Amino acid sequence: MLKRLFRHTKGEGNDCSKLCCTKIENFTVKVGKLTIFEDVNLHVHCGQLTAVIGPNGAGKSTLLRAILGEISHTGTLKYADAKGKRTGKPIIGYVPQYLKFDVSAPITVLDLFSACRSRRPIWLLPSNIRKEVEESLKRVKAADLIDRRLGALSGGELQRVLLALALNPMPDILLLDEPVSGVDQNGLEIFYNILEDLQNNEDMAIILISHDLNMVARHADQVVLMNKGVVCSGTPEEVFHDSRTRKIFGMLTDGGGNHGGTGFVWVEHKKKKHQQGCGCPDCAEAEGDEE
Amino acid sequence: MEWLEYDFMKNAFLAVLLITPLFGLLSTMVVSNRMAFFSDSLGHGAFTGLAIGAVVGIISPMQSLILFSVVFALLITWIKNKSSASTDTIIGVFSSTGIALGLMMMSYGGGFNKFSNYLIGDVLSITTQELGSLLLVLVLVFVLWGLMFNKLLVLSINQSFARSRGIDVMLTEGIFAAMVAVVVAISIQWVGLLIINSLLVLPAAAARNVSNSVKQYHAVSIGSAMISGISGLMLAYHFNMAAGATIVVISAVIFFITLLLKPRFVR
Repeated sequence: MLKRLFRHTKGEGNDCSKLCCTKIENFTVKVGKLTIFEDVNLHVHCGQLTAVIGPNGAGKSTLLRAILGEISHTGTLKYADAKGKRTGKPIIGYVPQYLKFDVSAPITVLDLFSACRSRRPIWLLPSNIRKEVEESLKRVKAADLIDRRLGALSGGELQRVLLALALNPMPDILLLDEPVSGVDQNGLEIFYNILEDLQNNEDMAIILISHDLNMVARHADQVVLMNKGVVCSGTPEEVFHDSRTRKIFGMLTDGGGNHGGTGFVWVEHKKKKHQQGCGCPDCAEAEGDEE
Repeated sequence: MEWLEYDFMKNAFLAVLLITPLFGLLSTMVVSNRMAFFSDSLGHGAFTGLAIGAVVGIISPMQSLILFSVVFALLITWIKNKSSASTDTIIGVFSSTGIALGLMMMSYGGGFNKFSNYLIGDVLSITTQELGSLLLVLVLVFVLWGLMFNKLLVLSINQSFARSRGIDVMLTEGIFAAMVAVVVAISIQWVGLLIINSLLVLPAAAARNVSNSVKQYHAVSIGSAMISGISGLMLAYHFNMAAGATIVVISAVIFFITLLLKPRFVR
């Protein structure tokens, strides 16, 4: 609760001087003559969950891969931690949308962790980080999967293992590319609970791509609508009320259909804000709307 | 063990003890990285390597072969990473160019016959000196494997995942491709061009059927390579057959046995 109050919220100026934050400035990615997106500017604070939404082909996944440095881009990534001690290259954790791998591969979860985290050749010597791996897996409620073969994991289990791996070493920024597409309700709940815990206890900046607008409305602090560039950004209320969002998502946020779905969530979100005493002008109006 | 009384058999036996663990080891990642076609193309490229050596004349066919194979392997890796064409296509292009260019140069002046022993290979022809260089290669490969295996494993899972874990994909792939190229080039005269690729595929293919972890995978792969190597050499001696081919046939038998056993082992 206290932590939430002290948390930096969006729109408090653009300087990175006192708080830990990441700035993405003028990111542009071109493949050949095709522009994937251009002039993307994002400002992400630690402890915040930024959701990136947008139609297919909007350049969302490409943006994450550009932040990772996996594809060439123009623009700069600036990072500063809270004490201003460490600037420059942040540690980035990444959970891919869907890890395509050979399910018959004779690789256990422990093998995967050891190969990523240790220099000791895993084909020859016993792992020296088993304890550490157990701890990481415990965080994502997957400790019992340590000796399981990768190909024998379910979709939700694999995503949790990959999340644990992305959190080891503990990153400054965590990038999630539709991490729970195709994961059941139970797995979804576990996943988002873990994210909330990370935001609050590790003060981590999280950038999440999602098509699940319900979940976005409920969990995100900042929403960015992308379509070959940033269309609009702000709090979930701001973005979902924006006419450009309605235009892009068409029927999703248009008309009466909305009230059964996202409408319910917004009220809940605002109640949370109310308790914090945010005094946001939308509140009264929105609650009136619903009743 | 009367057959070990002959010097050439003793040398051949030692050669098998050195070559098979090497192939068993490399085999694991050739199979995991889906590089069977790539290693096959190295054999085809060897035609050109040998022919260049014979035509140029300053360096021996062997030196030319090693040099050319490494360049060939690195070139494939580089173009594969830079181009958007599929890996199959690129390797196919290189493979056919390699074999055609080689045959063209070899047939020049009608001197094709002197290359024919590279096709079948003869492990009985190995000399003590060559055994020494084989031992050196074995030690080098094991050291490199110790240093870079973890990266190679992550790369074998998924390339873009490896990149996100900070692994230099092209460098890692390049070193591995060069390693396979050198091992293929030096063993071609004993194993034979026609069957060398099976030794790079069969041991790990068999091991995959019965292992759940990386350690088991390596142990079974190296083990099955050595067992088929030693028993193949003995059979070949007793029945007077080509040693390389006998070794490959036994590897294949092991593969089919493990395939039947798969449901019992893989969880």
